[in-house]
Amino acid sequence: MDWEYFFELLLGGLTRGSIYALIALGYTMVYGIIELINFAHGEIYMIGAFTALIAANVLTMLGMNELAVLVLASVVAILYSAAYGFTVEKIAYKPLRQAPRLSPLISAIGMSIFLQNYVLLAQTSDFLPFPSLIPELEFMEPIAHIISSAEVIIILTTAVVMILLTLLIKYTRIGKAMRATAQDRSMAMLVGVNVNRVISTTFVIGSALAAVGGVLIASHIGMINFYIGFIAGIKAFTAAVLGGIGSIPGAVLGGMVLGWTESFATGYVSSDYEDVFAFALLVIILIFRPAGILGRSTTQKV
Amino acid sequence: MEPILEVKDLTMDFGGLRALDHLDLEIDRGEIAALIGPNGAGKTTFFNCITGIYIPTRGDVVISPPGKKRERINGLKPNHVTERGMARTFQNIRLFPSMTVLENVMIGRHCRTRSGIAGAVFRGPGTREEEQAVVDKSYEILEKMGLSRFVNELARNLPYGAQRRLEIARAMATEPFLILLDEPAAGMNPQETYELDQLILRIRDEEGISLLLIEHDMQLVMSLSDRIFVMDYGKKIAQGTPEEIKNNPVVIKAYLGEEIDA
Amino acid sequence: MKIQDIKESFFIAAWFILLTFPIMVIQVNPIENIIEWRWWNLILVGAGSFMLSFVWRYLMNRKAGQKRKESEDAEDIPLTQRLLRNPRFFVPALIVLGVFVFAFPFLFSAYQINIMTTALIYVVLGLGLNIVVGLAGLLDLGYVAFYAVGAYSYALLNHHFGLGFWTVLPVGAFMGAMFGVLLGFPVLRLRGDYLAIVTLGFGEIIRLILENWNAFSFGPSGIANIPRPGFFGVDFSLEASSRYLYFLMIAMALFTIFVVNRLQNSRIGRAWIALREDEIACQAMGIDKTKTKLTAFALGATWAGMVGVMFAAKTTFINPASFTFLESAIILSIVVLGGMGSIVGVIIGALVLILLPEYLRAFSEYRMLLFGAIMVIMMVFRPQGIISGVRRTYQFKGKGDKAVKTRETVKQPAPTTDHS
Ligand SMILES: Nc1ncnc2c1ncn2[C@@H]1O[C@H](COP(=O)(O)OP(=O)(O)OP(=O)(O)O)[C@@H](O)[C@H]1O
Ligand SMILES: [Mg+2]
Repeated sequence: MDWEYFFELLLGGLTRGSIYALIALGYTMVYGIIELINFAHGEIYMIGAFTALIAANVLTMLGMNELAVLVLASVVAILYSAAYGFTVEKIAYKPLRQAPRLSPLISAIGMSIFLQNYVLLAQTSDFLPFPSLIPELEFMEPIAHIISSAEVIIILTTAVVMILLTLLIKYTRIGKAMRATAQDRSMAMLVGVNVNRVISTTFVIGSALAAVGGVLIASHIGMINFYIGFIAGIKAFTAAVLGGIGSIPGAVLGGMVLGWTESFATGYVSSDYEDVFAFALLVIILIFRPAGILGRSTTQKV
Repeated sequence: MEPILEVKDLTMDFGGLRALDHLDLEIDRGEIAALIGPNGAGKTTFFNCITGIYIPTRGDVVISPPGKKRERINGLKPNHVTERGMARTFQNIRLFPSMTVLENVMIGRHCRTRSGIAGAVFRGPGTREEEQAVVDKSYEILEKMGLSRFVNELARNLPYGAQRRLEIARAMATEPFLILLDEPAAGMNPQETYELDQLILRIRDEEGISLLLIEHDMQLVMSLSDRIFVMDYGKKIAQGTPEEIKNNPVVIKAYLGEEIDA
Repeated sequence: MKIQDIKESFFIAAWFILLTFPIMVIQVNPIENIIEWRWWNLILVGAGSFMLSFVWRYLMNRKAGQKRKESEDAEDIPLTQRLLRNPRFFVPALIVLGVFVFAFPFLFSAYQINIMTTALIYVVLGLGLNIVVGLAGLLDLGYVAFYAVGAYSYALLNHHFGLGFWTVLPVGAFMGAMFGVLLGFPVLRLRGDYLAIVTLGFGEIIRLILENWNAFSFGPSGIANIPRPGFFGVDFSLEASSRYLYFLMIAMALFTIFVVNRLQNSRIGRAWIALREDEIACQAMGIDKTKTKLTAFALGATWAGMVGVMFAAKTTFINPASFTFLESAIILSIVVLGGMGSIVGVIIGALVLILLPEYLRAFSEYRMLLFGAIMVIMMVFRPQGIISGVRRTYQFKGKGDKAVKTRETVKQPAPTTDHS
């Protein structure tokens, strides 16, 4: 067995998995609170990547150094994705709180298609090269053939973001309100939680995380176009379901499992069917264990 | 008396919460029985467990439909329970809101009819006859329930009391031997409640259907029931005739704070 | 128009200007290092969102008002419904429509006929998906997969075994049904939203397989030279063949309308609708959920398979690119726009959404943008679609209430309307 190859795949999977986890968190948090598959979430991620690309180019032209560009572009991307997430919720989901379940779902699909085409029309259908903003770390030199600096930074960033998010949800006021709303919305309302604010915050946080994922993956892969959100969205959703939708550690775990599945399957089986593995995993999980790895199956109250 | 429903040792856990706790209960043929208890006692959960909507953690549910074999039915899907003759209504009304009143009742006939896709497309004499019979029968039930003036209305446009009666009509259309009513009088005014009282008696006397009702309106319960079961915290704490229940200290204690105005 | 509203709209416009600024205004060209600033887009967005915010507010208020009104009086039948019910309007309209449909291919060029045939394909696809989404309430986002199954059935069976259109038409329908049952069986137990995403996954899997399994499907390059439908061995000119295809599609559309119309007022159709309205109540009424869902799913797939064969025969060339998720989305927006569960609505929806972009070239670029917007707007403001489905009504003689034990006179189920 070629161990070096194995480790390469293992770490590659971990990198992929980190990105999926970042996006999956948005799905899981929104689903936990309003039981909606936010189809447009993948597009928020794509918009994050696009905004970062635009900002980075403008800033580079202004003559900033690379690190400043990276930080500033990321901040802009995060702010913008958050604003888009906030707006999308207000337009497409908030008016449908009382509607039958199918309605917000269709609205979400519509929103996703709309945003894709909005970027397609306002920008371009071509792939754009994304500047490689992530710096090369010198101390990484000896193992650079197994794992790149970019991969290390992606994994580390993800880990930090996860910890921050966990702290936020565990210990802050809004985090507690979010948990309360997720458990029982009408009860939370009764005890004085501002549910609208909680839902908005959830969208804002989820979208910001997606933007982080967008910037990281775009600078790692180096190419983006308007369609990257669709596939990434479905895969991240797969990750969320895999771990147990509604569960934050589940999203991380699901992201990793999916990342490794893809990495090993493409590495050892066939690279033609990269996306098929993810979809097949999604289908299999939903059929055999819809509650996911960490989720508990509950009985719907009648 | 011959029992038509025997429940033994029925237990239901939701995670750590025991909603039903070793419950035993029997309903006799031709009986109107009531299941009462404070909010959250587990009454609705009991209905859900015996109609196949929840799968009970343990226990037996056995039915003996008149003229048919005795049969253990837990684990069966809700539709199979209904097919075997046990129909129900829901505490929070669950009609088909954008279907007409008549169609709502026609849905109840589904499990007693057979025609399929081919029948629907070719609409042969067999299908036409069956369809006509469904319409006739459904209308007849609506008349009995005093709902015939609403036939073509959409269910969601009915007044509240009529919606509750429509749920009963729909259950009757499945030709049950036992109907389970979950708070049929909830939200009704005294006049409507009185009419419901009469209606339930007629269902028993004219159709020969037994009934088990969950109800908070004690006056209704006391006037209707042959037998009353009292639940608290998932346990059966008493059973007996209205007279016995009224004077049972355990029951009074369980209801402490809630008044029994009968 | 209150001053408050204007203020709010200003705020909204400012928000959207800010929000869309990077994407709408800045256009970077990273290769040549050029940045283009499209400032006039700023004004466009600002003015557009300012005006739209008024429309939005107006519609919102109207929706709130309607809800109140509806609970007060139920007898409010919209104009379209009244027209459709009134035979004085309906019969002549039908005749005019019939004449037009028949005369169309003789009045217009082959190009126009082809466009109309395409639109008809979408009419039938829409009606097929309408069974699944509109009647049974199952959101199937992989509908196009069954369409692909039909198309590839014809292309491959013809390529390998030389089978003709008329032989494969039922085979394609059957293959669609088979796939419907095969996919439906495991996934139909899932909740509505999971079902949506699983069907989407299946749709993509099928497309990816078609794209990558070269030995089976000839990969992305697709299959060419698929013969058009035959007519007792007659050889058609290109134009006559377009006409023939057009009439075939008309026949297929009529057949579909007939079947769907019969189904939706049948025992099965009612069960589908009940399932859409309330799954738990439906089961408690003795309806087998899985079986009922499966029939709807498989029947929808059957139609997609059948139209797929037609599509392959029409274009004479197919490749996986015709069967992307976007195609499913287009069909879905047809159903959503037209009205879930409404035959007339779906027909109008298909014609509008397919013909409009064809004839208004300026439109075609914005087609998908529009489709997305339509889905959102319809769901928010008019979830029942432009023409809502109407339930059949029955007339009964001898209206008696309460404890009428024996009646002799019973109803003629005289349908006041069946068109919905
Ligand atoms: N699906 C479920 N999951 C978790 N807990 C449940 C579920 N269904 C019921 N419960 C719990 O079981 C207990 C009994 O509820 P149930 O609805 O049976 O009470 P009830 O006697 O019908 O009350 P009420 O008179 O208010 O209708 C409650 O504590 C309720 O929260
Ligand atoms: Mg209850």
